[in-house]
Amino acid sequence: MADEEDIILSELSDDELVLQMHDDLYDGLKEEIEEGVSILLERGWTPYDVLTKALVAGMTIVGADFRDGILFVPEVLLAANAMKAGMAILKPLLAETGAPRMGKMVIGTVKGDIHDIGKNLVAMMMEGAGFEVKDLGINNSVEKYLEALEAEQPDILGMSALLTTTMPYMKVVIDTMKEKGMREEYIVLVGGAPLNEEFGKAIGADAYCRDAAVAVETAKSFVARKHNQIGA
Amino acid sequence: MTKDALSSLLSSRDWLMADGATGTNLFNMGLSSGEPPEMWNIERADDIRTLYRNAVEAGSDIFLTNTFGGNASRLKLHNLQGQVHELNRVGAALGREIADASGRKVVVAGSVGPTGDIFEPMGTMTHALAVEIFHEQAEGLKAGGADVLWVETISAPEEYKAAAEAAALAGMAWCGTMSFDTAGRTMMGVTSAAMAEMVEKLPNPPIAFGANCGVGASDLMRTVLGFTATGSARPIIAKGNAGIPKYHDGHIHYDGTPELMAEYAVLARDAGVRIIGGCCGTMPEHLKAMRAALESRPKGPAPSVEDIQAHLGGFSSASDGTGDDPDAPKRERRGRRG
Repeated sequence: MADEEDIILSELSDDELVLQMHDDLYDGLKEEIEEGVSILLERGWTPYDVLTKALVAGMTIVGADFRDGILFVPEVLLAANAMKAGMAILKPLLAETGAPRMGKMVIGTVKGDIHDIGKNLVAMMMEGAGFEVKDLGINNSVEKYLEALEAEQPDILGMSALLTTTMPYMKVVIDTMKEKGMREEYIVLVGGAPLNEEFGKAIGADAYCRDAAVAVETAKSFVARKHNQIGA
Repeated sequence: MTKDALSSLLSSRDWLMADGATGTNLFNMGLSSGEPPEMWNIERADDIRTLYRNAVEAGSDIFLTNTFGGNASRLKLHNLQGQVHELNRVGAALGREIADASGRKVVVAGSVGPTGDIFEPMGTMTHALAVEIFHEQAEGLKAGGADVLWVETISAPEEYKAAAEAAALAGMAWCGTMSFDTAGRTMMGVTSAAMAEMVEKLPNPPIAFGANCGVGASDLMRTVLGFTATGSARPIIAKGNAGIPKYHDGHIHYDGTPELMAEYAVLARDAGVRIIGGCCGTMPEHLKAMRAALESRPKGPAPSVEDIQAHLGGFSSASDGTGDDPDAPKRERRGRRG
């Protein structure tokens, strides 16, 4: 608004700056996010704290409003883009400091399916939530999924399909994983098309995710459960 | 300029019936997923003739050509971007042949689906490129004898506008529907009211506008009520899916019965829809039931949201995204920077 005074990010207290960054992510302001990340780092914040408290927390708000039908794809894409810019600064620092990992996901649309807007959204939102994402792109065969699981050792396998004709292929992938005795090593999330939990259960996935925001929430809770199991 | 075939039909009839699913029918004929359906225009022309003929014999006044993914951006995924003109021309020519042999007036509508790309600044697609892509497809459809262009399943307003411009460049009359599948709006957040407003602002508005695909017949009808609430005088199109897809024994079935689709067709007509058809999962038996119901059942009062719910089942979201919902969650915002 014109009558509002410009906010100088570097003059804000830490708490105010973090809240401002949540708003800036919501508005998809890439340069402001880059600036905010740099300021917090200069103030001695750990890269992990910047990631979780400023960026991931901000994207959680975006995700919730997307899930609730308040934000739509264009706004989410802009927010994810701003998040990505902040991540680009943090990524090398996170690796250096050995910060805890949120988890890793391998994702791709299944064989026969070339519709990737939904898959791209999930990949972006997962990255926004701090996950490492290996995107296999479109039209993936069982072999390609399995190869990637071997090579990447992710926590999660995400499969996407828009077409009702390609969704059954997800079962082929899951059945093959079962045959090879590797199904239990991974969290399998499926999404796309106007299907439902019933479908996810029927094909043996851990969960069907209605949209990208739900995918992130589900991934977080499954990864937390997995870690708890290992700890127990 | 002589009146296009669709406008002539519309001026002589209260309602017209469009066709049903293209994909579902082709998959039943053996198309495998991942294959571009448009190749069948050339490789399996008889099956495409059958697809069209089935719709006409089931009572459709309008049918869509098998060219939904026939734009350069989609065909490129199959390395077929060099065959845009040919695949569209043949898809329309087969349609012309079936329509002309039908013995009555049937409109061949050249199907134009989305590019699948996201527009800038979020994505890579530009207005100029989208216009060029749609124009190339439109010229192919025109050369094959399509009566009108039929733009469908669009979610971005930018893409709808680009298709409108392409129709103008090709000198063709057109129709355009969007898909409202996300909490009552399109994936890109367009409400039914916003679409009705956008349509009227176009330099070359469509003959008819409306909704297709989405989430089942009830959601689609709620979107239709959103169109009619704007008071638009432009003919409205409803092409809803035959229910919701369900997984069963390794296959997907749409749960909408012919009876449900007949109910939907009558409700659509009573709501004031001029062009009524189906989308995914709508087979010839659904179309026959729809046609029979439209012809036999007297016109009733426009249905309410409650009537729709009672006849077709519940909605996928609480609101259709239009208007001010006092219960809608709001987010407290801090100051925005100038």
